[in-house]
Amino acid sequence: MSDVVPTPAERLYLEIFHLDKVYPTPTGPLAVVEGFNLRIRKGEFIALIGHSGCGKSTVLSIVAGLNEATRGDLVLDGHPIAGPGPDRGVVFQAPCLLPWLTAYENVMLGVDQVFPHATPDERRQVVEYYLSVVGLADAMHKRPAELSGGMRQRVGIARAFALSPKMLLLDEPFGMLDSLTRMELQDVLLRLWGRDQKTALMVTHDVDEALFLADRVVMMTNGPHARVGDILEVPFERPRERAAMLEHPDYYAAREHLIDFLARHDRSARPAA
Amino acid sequence: MAYFELRGVSKGYGRDDRRTEVLKDIQLEIERGEFLAIVGFSGTGKTTLLSLMAGLLAPDSGEILLDGVPVTEPGPDRGVVFQNYSLLPWLSVFGNIELAVKHVFPGISREERAERVRRYIELVNLTPATHKRPAQLSGGMRQRVSVARGLAMEPKVLLLDEPLGALDALTRGTLQSEIERIWSVDRKTVVMITNDVDEAILLADRIIPLRPGEVATLGPSFAVPLRRPRDRAALNHDPSFKKIRNEISQYLISVSAQRTQASSVEPTLPNLVPKDFLPASRSEAAFGGME
Amino acid sequence: MSWRMRIVNSLDRVGLEVLTPLVNLAAGDKPIQQLRALGSNFGLPALAILLVLGAWSALAASVDTSIGKVPGPREVWLEAVNLFEDHRAEREKEAAFYARMETLKQKWESQGREWKERKYSGKPTYFDQIATSLKTVFAGFLLASLLAVPIGILCGASGQVYAALNPLIQVLKPVSPLAWLPIVMILVSALYTTKDPMFEKSFISSAVTVALCSLWPTLVNTALGVSSVDRDHINVARVLKLSWISRVTKIILPSSLPLIFAGLRLSLGVGWMVLIAAEMLAQNPGLGKFVWDMFQNGSSQTLSQIMVAVVTIGLIGFALDRFMVVMQRMVSFEAQEA
Repeated sequence: MSDVVPTPAERLYLEIFHLDKVYPTPTGPLAVVEGFNLRIRKGEFIALIGHSGCGKSTVLSIVAGLNEATRGDLVLDGHPIAGPGPDRGVVFQAPCLLPWLTAYENVMLGVDQVFPHATPDERRQVVEYYLSVVGLADAMHKRPAELSGGMRQRVGIARAFALSPKMLLLDEPFGMLDSLTRMELQDVLLRLWGRDQKTALMVTHDVDEALFLADRVVMMTNGPHARVGDILEVPFERPRERAAMLEHPDYYAAREHLIDFLARHDRSARPAA
Repeated sequence: MAYFELRGVSKGYGRDDRRTEVLKDIQLEIERGEFLAIVGFSGTGKTTLLSLMAGLLAPDSGEILLDGVPVTEPGPDRGVVFQNYSLLPWLSVFGNIELAVKHVFPGISREERAERVRRYIELVNLTPATHKRPAQLSGGMRQRVSVARGLAMEPKVLLLDEPLGALDALTRGTLQSEIERIWSVDRKTVVMITNDVDEAILLADRIIPLRPGEVATLGPSFAVPLRRPRDRAALNHDPSFKKIRNEISQYLISVSAQRTQASSVEPTLPNLVPKDFLPASRSEAAFGGME
Repeated sequence: MSWRMRIVNSLDRVGLEVLTPLVNLAAGDKPIQQLRALGSNFGLPALAILLVLGAWSALAASVDTSIGKVPGPREVWLEAVNLFEDHRAEREKEAAFYARMETLKQKWESQGREWKERKYSGKPTYFDQIATSLKTVFAGFLLASLLAVPIGILCGASGQVYAALNPLIQVLKPVSPLAWLPIVMILVSALYTTKDPMFEKSFISSAVTVALCSLWPTLVNTALGVSSVDRDHINVARVLKLSWISRVTKIILPSSLPLIFAGLRLSLGVGWMVLIAAEMLAQNPGLGKFVWDMFQNGSSQTLSQIMVAVVTIGLIGFALDRFMVVMQRMVSFEAQEA
C-alpha cells in the first residue's frame, strides 16, 4: 500500500481501491463486485445507486467491516479497514433496535461503549441530545414496539450519530417507509448531517433521495462484475430545501441523468431472475 | 350518479375512552372505467378505507354504493388484490385462480372454467408457470397471480391494496407497466391504494391523497391527463408530468410541514472524544507518518 | 392511569384476563356486555364441569369393582374433607406431642438429668405428601434448568457443539422415566453414601429422574432461541465491538429469553408428570407414593382417595403452568410490547 499518497488539494478520507467480492456458487466463483474504485473527501455525502442485487449493499457492508473483501484495499482516515467498529456508524434498512430496550437504552448501549471515560451524566446528555434532535424527546423511554416505523428509524439515526463516528454508512435507511415519512426522515438526516458534515456513504435506489441528500451520486452497473459506471456531481447548493430543489432548473436534467443510467442497466441485460 | 360512491363514510375503532376515529366523512365518487389512486401513508387509515370499500368492514356512518346498490358485505363484484398476495400455498397458480372462478361462476362447465383461468394466466404472462405453486414463484410473479385472480372474477371494481408494496424497486417498475397494460385491455374501474406518488402518476387517471392527522380525511383531487400508454422513461421528459409531480410533491411537503412540530428546547451536547478502537501498534506501524 | 386500567393490566400480566369483565362491571361499564363476557368466561366452563360431574355420578354407581362401587363426586368430596381432617388431627397430635416434650424437658432439667431432643414421628398426612412432591419437582426442575440452559446456550452459539451433542440429545430425549429410575436409584445408592444424609435417597432419586426427563424441552428451546438471534442484532453487537460478556448478557440472553421460558414451562409440565411415576417406584414420600400405597391398601376408600389425588395432581399441574406463564411474562420483552 505504499502507493497511497493523498493529494493535498482534496483531503481524501475513504479510499476504496479495486475492490472485488467473489462468492462461491455451484457453477464456480462469481464476482458480484469487481474492480470497484471510489475516493471520498472528508465531509462529503455520497449516494450509491443501482438496481437491486447490483452489489451496492455489499460494498457498503464491506466498508462497515461486516463483510470481507475478496481483494482490494479500503482505507479510512489513513487506516486500513479491518472488521466492524463504532468509528463507522451504520444505519441499516431495518432499524435493528433491540426490542427489549427502550429507545434511550438502545442509543445508550453504543454511547457506553464509545465514551467509556465520560461521566454517566455526560453520556446521558449525549443520548438525550441526539434523541431530541431527531424529534423523539417525548418518546425516549418507549420500546421499539410502541414506536412507528418512522420513529424507529429515527432512533437508528440517533444511534449512529451518537457514536461520533468518523463516517456514516446508510444502507437504504428509508427503503421500508412510505414516501411522506421518508421525506420527513430525509429532512431529519440532512439537518443532523448539516451540523458537523460527517462523511457519509448512503445506498439507495430512490433517485430523488439521492439528489436531495448527496454531493455526488455514484451509479453502479449491474452485477455480476458490478462497479462504478458513472458519477454525477449534484448541482444544488446547501443548505437545501426540498421545495426549492423541485424548482431548480437543473433538477429534472439531473433526475433524467440518473434514470437514464438505470434504464440502460435494466435487468433485461441479465438472465431473467 | 357515480358508478362507485362513498357518502359521508366514517369509521373508528375501540370503545369509549380508548376509541380512535380513523376516517371521517369520506366523500368519494368514482366513474365507471376510471383508474383512481389513493395515496396514503402509514397511519392514515388507508387499509381501513379499502376494507370498507371491499365490504370487509362496515362503516359507522354513511354508505357505500356500487352501481346504485349499497355495499354491506364482501362480494365477487369487488375483486381485492392484497399486498401480501394471499394465495393458498398448497394450490398451483391454476388452482388458486380456478378456486375463485368456481366460486363466482358456479354454473359454467369445467372446460369453460379452465378456458377462463387460462385466459387470465395468459393475460398476466404466467402461462409457463401455470402448474407451479406459490412457493416456487418470485414475489412479482405471485402478485401477478393475485391480479389475475382478482380479474378472473370479473368484478365491477378492482381494489388494489398497495399491490406492489412488498416488491423491490425494479420488479415494481416492471409490474407497474404490466398493470397499465392489463388495465388498458378491459378498462375496469380500479381503486388503487399506494404510498408511491410516481406509481400513482404512472397508472392513475386521478390521484387523491389521504391527509394524515388525528382523523384521516381526503385531500384535494389531482387529475392526471397524461396520454396512454404511458412510458416511464418518456414521461420524465414530459412537461405536464413534471407539473403534476411538482404539484403533488408541494402538497405533500406542506402536509409534512404541518405534521412536524419542531422541538423548541434543544439539550446541550457535551464535548466528548470517542474511544479509539484501532489497534494502536498496527496502525502506527503501517501509517506512522501520516497524521 | 386509572385504578381500573391498573387492575386490568396486572390481571393481564398474571394471565387472568378472564377476570377483566368483573373489573369493568365494578366500574359500571356496559353491564350487559360484561355479564355476557362473564357468562362465556365462567358460565360455559362451569356448565361443562357440571355436565361431567353429572355423568360421573350417574355412571359411577353402576360399576362394581373388587373393592366396592366406584365412588361418585360426593364420595370423593367427602374423602377430600376427610383427608383434610386427618391432616388437622395429625397436626394437633404433633403440637400436643411437642407440648408434652416441653414440659418433660423442663422437668428433667430441673432434676438435673440430661435432655435429648425427640422428634415427632407421626405418619405423613396427605398435605405433607403434596409438600414433598412440590419440593421434589422444584429440586428436579432446578437441576434440569441449571444443566439445560448453559448447554443450550453452547449448542445455540456454536454449530460444532450442536453437531456433537445433537445425536445424543435426540436419543436420550424420548427415554421414559421408568427406564431411568432404576439406574438412577442404583447410582444414587452407590454414590450418595454420607452418614448423615441431608436428603433422603428416595428424594434424590426422584429429583434426578425428574431432571433427566425434563431438561430436554429447555435445552432444545434454549439452543433454538440462541441460534435464532436476529442477524441484525448480532451485527449491532459487532459494529459496537461489544465484549463477549455484554454480547451474551445484552443481546443473546434477552433475545432468547422468551423461547427459554417457553422451554422451562414445558419442562416443569413434563417434570410434574414424571414425578408421580418416579415417586411410585422410588417410594419417595409424595403424591405418587400416596397413590401407590392406597392402591396396595385396597380398602373401600381406595378409589375415592386416588381420585382426590388425581384431581389434586391436575390442579397443581395447572397452578404450576400458570406460575410459569407469569414468570415468562415478567421477563420477556414480547409481553411488555403487548
